[in-house]
Amino acid sequence: MSSNQTLVEADIPVAPVPEERVTSVGKPRRASNFVTLILQNRKAAVGAVILLLFAIMAIFAPVLAPYDPTDYVGRARQAPSSEFWFGTTGSGQDVLSQTIYGARISLGTGLLVGLLTTVLGALVGMSAGYFRGRVDDILSLITNVVLIIPSIPLLIVLAAFLPAGFWTIVAVLTLTGWSWGARVLRSQTLTLREKDFVASAVVSGERSMRIVFREILPNMTSIVVAGMFGAINYAIGAQAGLEFLGLGNPSNISWGTNLYWAQNNAGLLTGAWWTILPSGVCIALVAFSFALINYAIDEVTNPRLRSQRQTVEILKQYDRRMRSSRATPVIRGAVEA
Amino acid sequence: MNYILRRIGFYLVAAWASLTLNFFLPRLMPGDPGDAIMARMQGRLTPETVDAMRQAYGLSDDPVIVQYLRYLGNLAQGQLGVSISAFPSPVTDIIFQGLVWTVLLGTTATVISFAIGSVLGMTGAWKRGSKVDSVMPPLVIFVGSFPYFWLATVALFYLSFQWGVFPLRHAYNDTLSPAFSLEFLLSVLYHLFLPALTIIVVSIGGWLLGMRNTMISTLAEDYVTMAEAKGLPQRRVMFQYAARNALLPNMTAFGMSLGFILGGALFTEVVFAYPGLGYQLITAVRALDYPLMQGLFLMITFAVLIANLIVDLLYVRMDPRVRAS
Repeated sequence: MSSNQTLVEADIPVAPVPEERVTSVGKPRRASNFVTLILQNRKAAVGAVILLLFAIMAIFAPVLAPYDPTDYVGRARQAPSSEFWFGTTGSGQDVLSQTIYGARISLGTGLLVGLLTTVLGALVGMSAGYFRGRVDDILSLITNVVLIIPSIPLLIVLAAFLPAGFWTIVAVLTLTGWSWGARVLRSQTLTLREKDFVASAVVSGERSMRIVFREILPNMTSIVVAGMFGAINYAIGAQAGLEFLGLGNPSNISWGTNLYWAQNNAGLLTGAWWTILPSGVCIALVAFSFALINYAIDEVTNPRLRSQRQTVEILKQYDRRMRSSRATPVIRGAVEA
Repeated sequence: MNYILRRIGFYLVAAWASLTLNFFLPRLMPGDPGDAIMARMQGRLTPETVDAMRQAYGLSDDPVIVQYLRYLGNLAQGQLGVSISAFPSPVTDIIFQGLVWTVLLGTTATVISFAIGSVLGMTGAWKRGSKVDSVMPPLVIFVGSFPYFWLATVALFYLSFQWGVFPLRHAYNDTLSPAFSLEFLLSVLYHLFLPALTIIVVSIGGWLLGMRNTMISTLAEDYVTMAEAKGLPQRRVMFQYAARNALLPNMTAFGMSLGFILGGALFTEVVFAYPGLGYQLITAVRALDYPLMQGLFLMITFAVLIANLIVDLLYVRMDPRVRAS
């Protein structure tokens, strides 16, 4: 961060051309540094591997699934066996195939909504933080109102009034989910806006859009990424919830509808636990992976948490004899990501 | 005082926004809402119900602005219209029965979860690197990853259905009628236990991690080092110096997450057939009872707004800096 900052400042008296080269050369290198730094963290690595496995499962679903997920392949409510590893549903479909195919819609919707909410949140939050004044007042008010109206009841009511379908769910989830990111990015933009490199960009006559996206945005990559992972998680969970309540399209195969059918074909009350277990565990594993990565991002980018971790590791080598002090050690030279 | 007034102003704006949203909801449906609802109900409506509904919505040939003003006027008199599925009881009567149970379930679960989570996070940050501190965060993240409704379903399946430890549904024993008797109260507690437990288990992680992180940051402040250097008892440094300040950001998050928790409670209510607002909302959705649905949405939103206002008032009590500015 600091190297880029000084480079930009040094370039100001010169024409804007070399400065552009500096940012375009500097950014990818920094981004890959960030990724390696995060992946060195054990929690993040575990999360990334699990997510990768799920992505492979979703992409290669037709190859991996033993049966067509919509076919009635056997007797209803069979317990797991060598023929049907995860058993069969209340109407005789293969649970394993449904679980594998379910990843497609669940993860796809999650990614799409996650991206949309992040973009919307970034636009609103960064405009508010950058332009301040009247613009900020209005945008912040809207953000806070959307934030405080309970989203799940709103989701349910909206889904009940609008015609059911994939795009309804995407639209509804996006409209209710962007406010948290907007709020976080606004306060971050407000802070960064005071920095010297923004002032110099303003003085050198750059356009507002360019300052916001090329100068400010790259400096909060970790927050944007963490926010997006959170948004994807929210979307996967909320979509599954809506489908579980029967507000999705019940003929789609997704983890939420699998659970809906498990409950509504009396799967549970006949003791068919295998119909409800796999899809729920999949949702949980995906959410867990994103949470682990976010936890790691927090640990890497928050110098206090990081110095804390380093100290614990150092103390472990010294038989923990120094642990009488409780104050968090501050490593002054700790590198910020 | 100024701060409180500004907050109240904000909640009024939020309340107005949700009222207006509520007004436009039926008008989002393609075509005339009355006809659309009529078509969806496939002739299960009597002409009287349709009339009552049109009236409740302020649906007429008047311009939208007139309809809107009439709608606000009706609301000001506390009229939310007439339920379709339980025609002709007014929506307000039905909602009131649910409100009691939601407030009971929501408050119990949230307060317990917040208290336990904060204390665990506090001690975790204090004894950093200890067994508890290294096991708890990943564990709570993992448990918190499960969707509320799924965990509730599994708990219901094993604890209530298979082993019969807890009741299968409802908020109290069907054979009892509401009264201030010991038997009734025990029955309410017995039915409350499992739904509340599932919410606590899923939501505790957020408080724990939030508290742990702010506590670690607070412990790095100079005044904590100073307090230690003065040789104050550890307990005093932990509670009076560090935890008191670390609790404040968590309090703000508490207010903002209330809506989310209420949403989670909604799923829990559905799974356990616990007769709160959430359960009523889903029943209304399934019965296509649009006036009840909207009334419930408004009620849940107002409940969240009021709860937030209470948190703000508490915040002023806790943070002298807010009072001074």
